Amino acid sequence: MSRIKVKVKEKDLNTIKEICKSFNNEQGELINVLHKTQEHFGYLPAEIQEVVAQELEMSVAKVYGVVTFYSFFTMKPKGKFPISICTGTACYVRGAENVLAEFKRQLNIEVGETTEDGKFSLSCLRCVGACGLAPVVLVGEKTYGRVSPEGVKDILAEYNDK
Amino acid sequence: MTKYKQIRIALNNCGVIDPENIEDYIARDGYMALGKCITEMTPQDVIKEIKDSGLRGRGGGGFPAGLKWEIASKNHADQKYVVCNADEGDPGAFMDRSVLEGDPHAVLEAMAICGYSIGATKGLIYIRAEYPLAIKRLKIAIDQAREVGLLGKNIFGSKFDFDIELRYGAGAFVCGEETSLIHSMEGLRGEPTIKPPFPAEKGYLGKPTNVNNVETYASVPIIIRKGASWFNKIGTEKSKGTKVFALAGKVNNVGLVEVPMGTTLREVIFEIGGGIQNGKKFKAVQTGGPSGGCLTEKHLDTPIDFDNLVAAGSMMGSGGMIVMDEDNCMVSVAKFYLDFTVEESCGKCSPCRIGNKRLFELLERITKGQGTMDDLQRLRNMSNVIKDTSLCGLGQTSPNPVLSTLDNFYDEYLAHVKDHKCPAGECKDLMKYFIIAENCVGCTACARVCPVGAITGEKKEAHLINSETCIKCGACMERCKFDAIIIK
Repeated sequence: MSRIKVKVKEKDLNTIKEICKSFNNEQGELINVLHKTQEHFGYLPAEIQEVVAQELEMSVAKVYGVVTFYSFFTMKPKGKFPISICTGTACYVRGAENVLAEFKRQLNIEVGETTEDGKFSLSCLRCVGACGLAPVVLVGEKTYGRVSPEGVKDILAEYNDK
Repeated sequence: MTKYKQIRIALNNCGVIDPENIEDYIARDGYMALGKCITEMTPQDVIKEIKDSGLRGRGGGGFPAGLKWEIASKNHADQKYVVCNADEGDPGAFMDRSVLEGDPHAVLEAMAICGYSIGATKGLIYIRAEYPLAIKRLKIAIDQAREVGLLGKNIFGSKFDFDIELRYGAGAFVCGEETSLIHSMEGLRGEPTIKPPFPAEKGYLGKPTNVNNVETYASVPIIIRKGASWFNKIGTEKSKGTKVFALAGKVNNVGLVEVPMGTTLREVIFEIGGGIQNGKKFKAVQTGGPSGGCLTEKHLDTPIDFDNLVAAGSMMGSGGMIVMDEDNCMVSVAKFYLDFTVEESCGKCSPCRIGNKRLFELLERITKGQGTMDDLQRLRNMSNVIKDTSLCGLGQTSPNPVLSTLDNFYDEYLAHVKDHKCPAGECKDLMKYFIIAENCVGCTACARVCPVGAITGEKKEAHLINSETCIKCGACMERCKFDAIIIK
C-alpha cells in the first residue's frame, strides 16, 4: 500500500524515484536529493516530499523538517524570473533596503511572493559574496551591481517582452 | 611612498594560477608539502609543526589548529574524517569563496595533510550552494588530483589513502557552527548539540572528525613548506601569521586584504582601503559579522588580533570588515544584525529563539521613536542573559552588535529615545522631508523624480511635499540643485 495521499503524475513520480536511486536511497543524502529534486521541479510541494520520504524510508515529518529548515528550499513555485535582493551587510550599508522597497512597490508583491502573471518572484538572500558591487540584485542567474532605486525600473523593463 | 603592508599566505596563489589546471598549482610548489609530510615526516611531526606555527582557526573562534588535530589524532576509531567548513555564511565576508575559486588545490592538499596526521582517509567539504563557481572549480580540482594520484589510493607510493567528497549546504547560517554542520552533512536539520563531545571525539557519523575552515587549511601547505619558524615570526605574540579581511561598505577600495596579525584597523581602512568614500567622516567599522561588534575611532590604532578584538567588544569572526560613515545609524545597524539572527536562529534553545526576537522588537521600537529609557536597560540585561545561556556560538554572540553599539554609541540611542531623532538620518519613521520655500525656484525637477507623486506645485513657484504620501526615498533631495529640500 502506498502511503502517498496526494497524487503525483506518473512521469514525475519516476523522476523522483530515479533521483533518490542515484543517491542509493540513503537517508544521509536527503539534502542532496532535495537539491536535485528542486533543481528539476523548481520547488518542493508536499506531494513531492511524500514521495521522497517513501523512497528514503523515512517519515514525511523529517523531510518536511529539513525542507523548512533550510532557506534554499521552497515549497512555493518561484516566478519565471526570480528576483533576489542581497541584504548582506555590505549591501545593506549601501542602501539595499531602498532598492528592495522599490521592487516591492513596482511589482506590488511582498518578499516571498510571486506576481499574478507568474513572471517575477521576490526574495532576499544573504550575501552572494560580491560585496564590491553592493548593492547587488540577481534576476535568475544574471547579476546587477550598484543598483539604485531609480535603476529598478530599467531592470524590470529588460524582462518586459520575455 | 607607503610601506607595502600586505603579505599573501592564504591568498598566495589566488589570481596568479589557473585554478582549473593542476599543473599551474604544482609549478608553484603545490603538493610539495603533502609529499614532504608523507615521505619525510611522521604524523606526530606534522602535528608538532602545525602546533609550533601557532596557526589558529580562521573561522572565528581562533582555536589552535594544531591542538585540534592532536585531539583528533589521539581518539582511536576505525574511521576518521577531515571536514572543511566552506559554509561562509557571514554576510559581507567572501574570503573563503575567493580561496576556493582561486586556489582550490591548496585546500585539497591541506586536507590530505590533515588526514595523514590524524589518521583519516576521508575528507568532506561542506560548501554552500550559493557558490556555484567554487563548487565547479572544486569538482575539477578533485578530479585532476585523482587523475594524477594525489588523491586516492597509495598517495606518493605510500600506504596512505585519502579521498575527498563535496557536501552541499542549503542556506542556514547556523551550519557554520561545527556540530550543526555535521548534522547537516548527515542529511538532518542543521541544529547544534552541546559540546562536549567535541567533533574531534564524536563527529560525523559518530566518528572523530576534524573541522577547520577554508582559510585555515589554505595556510597549511605553506607552513609545512617554509616551516613553523617562518610562519610564527609573522604576527603578534598570540596570533600568528596573516588574516584575510573582506573590506566592504563605505570605503574607497573594497576587496580582499591579507595583512599580518597586529596590523591596525587604521592601516587597513585608511592606507590599504584608501579611506572613506566621498570624503565623508569615518564612524565605525563592524568586524566579525553578526557575532561581532562595532568599533569606533578610538579603536583605530588597536593592533588586530584574536584577543584584542574580543577585548574591544567585537571579534575576529571570519574576517568581514564593514566600514560605516556618518550617514549610518548605529541603532539601525544593530537592528539589521538582530533581524539576521532572528531569521537564522535554528530555534532549538529558547534564549536565542525568543530572546533575540525580543531584542529585535525593542530595537524596532527605538528606531520608530517609541523607545523608553527602560528599554535601553532592558536591551542590555537581556543581551547578557542571551549571551550566558544560549546553546551554541550563534546565540552566545548574537547580542554583540547590540552591546557594542550601546557601549560606543549610547548618545545615538539617547537621541532616538529622548529627542525622537535619528542623528544619521537613516530611521525613516523619525524624519520628514521639507522644502524650504525661499530656496525653491520651482524647477519641478523634484516633482518629476518623485516615484509616488507626493510633490506638487506650479512651475516657478515653491513646491510642497505631502508627507502622508511621501515614502521618504530621498530621490527628490538628490535631484534638487538648490539645496531646497531638507530632512527634519
